[in-house]
Order: sequence, then C-alpha cells, then structure tokens
Amino acid sequence: MVSQQAKVLIVAAALLAFAYIVPHSGSFVILLATRAMAFAILAMSVDLLLGYTGLSSMGQAAYFGVGAYLTAILATKMHFGLGWDFWLVVVLGILIGAALAAFFGLFAIRASGVYFLMITLALGQCVWGLAYRWNSLTGGDNGINISARPNFGIDLSNEVTFFYLAFAFFAVSMALMYLLVRSPFGRSLAGIRERELRMQILGYNTWLHKYIIFIVAGGFGGLAGVLWAHTNGHVSPETLVLTTSVDALLMVVLGGAGTLVGAVIGAGIVFGLREYLSTLVPWWQYALGGVYVLTILYLPSGLMGIPARIRQRLATPGKNDVSTELKTKQLASEPS
Amino acid sequence: MTRKIMQHRLASTLFGGVFALGLSVNAPAKAEELRIGFVAPLTGIFAQIGKDMQNGFELYLDQHGRKLGGMDVKFIVEDEQGKPDTAVTKAKKLALQDHVHMFLGGLLASSGYAMAPVSTQEKTIYISSVPSADDLTQRQLDKYPYFLRTSWTSSLPNHPLGQWACEQGYKTAVTIAADYAFGYESTGGFQKAFEDCGGKVIQKIWPPLGTKDFGPYIPTIKTNADMIYTVMVGPMSLQFPKQLRAAGIKKPIVAGGTSYDEFALPFMGDEVIGDVSSLHYSAALQTPENEAFVKAYRAKYGKVPSYYSENNYTTALWIDEAIKKAGGKWPGSEQFIKIMASVKIKAPRGPVELDDMRNPIENVYIKKVTKTKMFGYDKDELWNVVIKTYPHVSQFWTYGKDAFLKQPVYSRDFPPCKYCE
Repeated sequence: MVSQQAKVLIVAAALLAFAYIVPHSGSFVILLATRAMAFAILAMSVDLLLGYTGLSSMGQAAYFGVGAYLTAILATKMHFGLGWDFWLVVVLGILIGAALAAFFGLFAIRASGVYFLMITLALGQCVWGLAYRWNSLTGGDNGINISARPNFGIDLSNEVTFFYLAFAFFAVSMALMYLLVRSPFGRSLAGIRERELRMQILGYNTWLHKYIIFIVAGGFGGLAGVLWAHTNGHVSPETLVLTTSVDALLMVVLGGAGTLVGAVIGAGIVFGLREYLSTLVPWWQYALGGVYVLTILYLPSGLMGIPARIRQRLATPGKNDVSTELKTKQLASEPS
Repeated sequence: MTRKIMQHRLASTLFGGVFALGLSVNAPAKAEELRIGFVAPLTGIFAQIGKDMQNGFELYLDQHGRKLGGMDVKFIVEDEQGKPDTAVTKAKKLALQDHVHMFLGGLLASSGYAMAPVSTQEKTIYISSVPSADDLTQRQLDKYPYFLRTSWTSSLPNHPLGQWACEQGYKTAVTIAADYAFGYESTGGFQKAFEDCGGKVIQKIWPPLGTKDFGPYIPTIKTNADMIYTVMVGPMSLQFPKQLRAAGIKKPIVAGGTSYDEFALPFMGDEVIGDVSSLHYSAALQTPENEAFVKAYRAKYGKVPSYYSENNYTTALWIDEAIKKAGGKWPGSEQFIKIMASVKIKAPRGPVELDDMRNPIENVYIKKVTKTKMFGYDKDELWNVVIKTYPHVSQFWTYGKDAFLKQPVYSRDFPPCKYCE
C-alpha cells in the first residue's frame, strides 16, 4: 500500500508537471486543458456528493449554470467583473451556487437513492427552463456572449495567463475538497454513505451533514461556472442542460468515485476524447462509448481502481483484497 | 483470470494508442494553400443536416479540382456536435492550431452567436453559411468586423410571405411556431408585414422546440382564422402538418421555409400538397444554374439538395469568385471582406450580393408543395414549385435600414399581438 503522504505527493507532482508541460504545448491544448480544469471542479463537486456521501445528484449543472450566467450577465449588462472586481464575481459565483443549493437542498435532501436523483434532475431542469425562457435576462437559447476577459493589471485574454489562473483555482479547489473529506466532517459523510441508520443511532444529524455538503458542492459548482463562462466567452442554456450534469456524473464514475483525483482523470479523458480526438478522427464517439462500457464492465471502481486490481491479482489467492469492490457494490445497492 | 488481464491490457493499450495518435498528428502550414475550416454538427440529432452542409461545400470543391480562385484548398472539417460550447472550441482550434484563413458553418443560431466573437478575438474571418440569427447582421454587427453572412436572416423570407398572404385575401391568421429565437424572428417578420398590409394575427402558439406530439396544441387553434402560419424545424416539420390534417383542420397553411425544406419534403405524405412556404431557395427553381446543381448533387449524394446544401455550395462559389478577383492569392482578412462584399454571384438560388451590413440581398421564393416530375426525373415526387418570386429582397424589406434597426429584434413579445383575443 502506498501511504497517504506519498499519494498526495504523487498528485502534487503530477499537477506541477501538468502546469509545466501544458503551456509549452500547442495553443489548442492549452484551451482544452483550461476547459477540462474548469469542468473538473464541477466533477469533483459531484464526487463530494456521489463518492463521499453516496448522493447521486443529476442537477449539478444548475449551480454551474447560475455561476456562468451570473458572470455573463454582470459582464454584459453592467460591465462588472472585468477588472479587479473579477474576484468579487468569483465570490458571488460561489455564493449564488451555494445559495441555490441551499434552497434546492431543502427539497432534495429529504429523499434518498433514486428519488434524490429524480428531484435533483427536476430542479436542475427548472433552472434550465428559466435560462431558456427568460429571454430578457438570459438571451434565450441564443445565450450571452462575453466580449472580453477580465484585465486587472494581469490580462486574462492571454490564453496562457488564463490557463494559470484556472489552474490555481483548480488546484486550490482540489486541496480544499481533499481537506474537507479528510476532516472529521468528511469521515462522518463516509459513515452516512456506508450506513446512514447507524450514523443516526450514533447521534449524528445526518440530514444536516448531507445538507451542508450539498451546499458546499453547489458553491464549487458555482465557481466552476464562473471559470467556464470566461473560458468559453459564451453562455447558453446548453451550458446547464441535463447532459452537463450527466457528463459530470459519468466522469466521476469513469475515474472512480470517492477519490477526487478520479473525477479529474475522468474529466481529462472525456475532454480528450470528445474535443481532441474528435478533431482527428470521425469515430471518436466509438472510442468514448468503448471507454465507458469497458470501465463499467471491468472496472466498477473506475480507473482509480486499477492499482487495487493489480495488487489483487498479485496477491496470493485467499488473501484477496476485495474491499474496493465491496465498497462500490454497496455504493450501488445502498446509495443512502 | 488471464483472459481478464488480457482485456485490461487491451483497454490500456487502446487508451495509450489513442493519445499517442492524438499527439503525433500535427498540421504543417504550407504557403500557397487556402485553409478553410468548416464547422458543422456531424454527430448528434442534427448530424444529417451537418452532412447536407458539408456535401454542398464539397460538391463545389470536387467540381473545381479542390481549388478556389486558383488556390489549393485545405478543407478542415470539425464536428460542433450541435452545441455552441463545442462550436467555440472547434472554431478556436481552427484559428489557433490550423491557422485557417477563415472558418464557416455552424447550424443553429446559438452556434452562430457563439462563434462570431471568436472571429473578432482571433482576427479570423467567420462566414455564417447557415445560422440566420437576425441580429448578427443587424444590431450587433459592429462587434464583429470579421463576420459576414452568405445565407439569410430568419425574418428575411418571411416579410414577403406576410405581404403575399395578405394579397391572397387572408384577413386573420393564427401563428404556431417552435418556441425559440428562430421561431420568434420568422414569425415576427411574417406578422409585421402581414399586419402592415392590413391582416390581423389573432393568436400566437409556441410549442417547445422538439415537440413530437401536437395533440395539446391543435385543438386550441382558433376556428375563425383564415389561415395558419407555421414555422417548424427538424422532425417537428413532419409531425405538425400530419397531425393538423388528421385532426380535420383544412385551413390553408402558409409557412416559414424550414417547415417544407427539401431536407424534410421526401419524408412527407400527400397531405402537404398545396401548402405554401417561402425561402431564399427552392430545389425546383427553373434556372440552368439550379438544374445543373440539383442534378450534380443528386447524382453524387442520392438526394435532392436542401437549402443547407445550396447555401454552402454558394459560399464556396462566392469564395472562389473573391479569390479570383484578388488575383489568386489570399488578400488578407480586411481586404477579403471588402472583396466578398463587392462581388455579385449567380448562385443556384439566383443572383446574390451583400448589403452594407454584410447580409445577402437575394430573391425570395413563394413556393407551393406540388407532386410533379422535375428536371427529367421519371418519378412523381413532392417539389417546392415556385409560384411567385420577390426579387432582390434585403433583410430590411421595404422598411429602410434606419427605421428597421430602430425597432427591437423580433421576439416572443415583439411585434406585440394587438389583435389577440
């Protein structure tokens, strides 16, 4: 087993290598990496819910969307957030994501399992409907174009500069989420995932725990949205359509739920295949589909489960370490 | 056991392979090539339309030895997947990595809106060969100095249609249109011209984009209206007339062009015979240019070209003429825009030229669906037979540019429904 410190070091080294290599590659790669990082924050926020708390949210795109729309509306209607006040927009984006989650959580947290999934899906679609129909504010299905990226002494319209900014947000988010899930609070979330009833008997207010993590995930979703809006320069209802939520969920499952890093790897692979491979070959959809199917069939604990799998093969029969698989099975059968 | 390990290895090799492949391919830029990026939805629900778009452009290239204006063309096709976000990424990829001279395409208005700023940021020409969002060449043109359009604005063919419907003696109309910007702009154009001529729109119905069952909407249509105006897209176009007629409503239909476009027409039943629509193109147009185009297109791709194909074919023709005029070399972006605006094209759709807001001035055809034989094909088929031509129509119709631009862009609430009961 690799110790926890070693794992953290590996991830940190990988991140540094990533931050070093990407700016030296082509400008399109930089653009894709920026997009993937903004989206990876959303995927990690889904992982907080799915992997650590056992809540499969289908409405995460809603928080992503409000963050993105807030940025776009402030920038175009009030010219706000294009200078130093960009940092204010970041805070507002996080707050609006969290506030919306706090509101939606009141309805959603009461349910569990597939009902939770349906409620979050429905609430997410409400936000989509609002973006689609509130023409005067959101521009309807045409969306909103943001004419310029913020410039506060540092000009973010430069793709490399913006990459570093997105990288900073991404790395900090990852570190914060890591600290959160390793904290006593995060441990009790894992307890809720494994057996909510037992946690209740032990005296934990499981509703409140779930409600808080739901809000936190919403906040990170909002942050991802702010970055996304400036990455694209364009926000439309397509940004917060159901597929966005599903994508984030799939990335988590693909990389491995309950690992945070898995969500990032999942985001990287999906963006790599969908946006990079698609510029090279017309059969990229088969590759993406193949990856999904193979992962679900052979790696139920996601790509992050590969090391455990290998250890399992190497270990002598009878001493098999099946904990990972067990965990995932329980995750699937008892989402509450 | 071993079998499973093998499968894992296979999966990881596949992965590695895919990425290695991705990283090793790099596009070297040659000096005398004209690099054109083409963005169209090639996967997803709009994939067939994307194919029509690409076919139109490729047909012209193939007919001309894959050269435009004497320059070899490097034609790079990108899949926008029907999503504006992806369209932006692909447009940026074309500009940043492939260093294209221009990119064109996009399908939905939202893709057009999303890609236009990329042209400004990257100082690369964007030609909208399909997206018809009105404001791109109207109230927002100033923001996009590298943008021009070879297709149409949504309201352009609907102004003459409103006039025509009024001249047929229809006094009152119900409109039923897909609930998004394209539907608003089309309906708005029709309503404005129809009411200016003395007609009255007495009800407006907006079924959501992608409606498959019009059951809840059809019974609400007011029975005292003289006619029904409709504009639908994709599968909605097939479903609406079928259900309307099945419900026993025999009122005449006057429609925006996409409802009866050649893309949908071959899949329609005889119930649509006699329905009228208007667009800047009809495959049944009786001109030598169009006949040659339809025959060549059909021989190559096995179907009648839709306006999506014609618009892209004409875009290729237009670029060809412009590069020729520039002396067979790339004149630079600013100059290219000026030349494009100065050449006059004889396209399959008829004579076309750009107005000073870089939107085409073109003929608008009022068309009636007719079962007939056309261009020597031996089968009776549905064709959009032209019954009236409005020549040289501009996006401002007869209102004049300044007066037109003073009013807001057509929307769900504009023009207001004064006569709705």
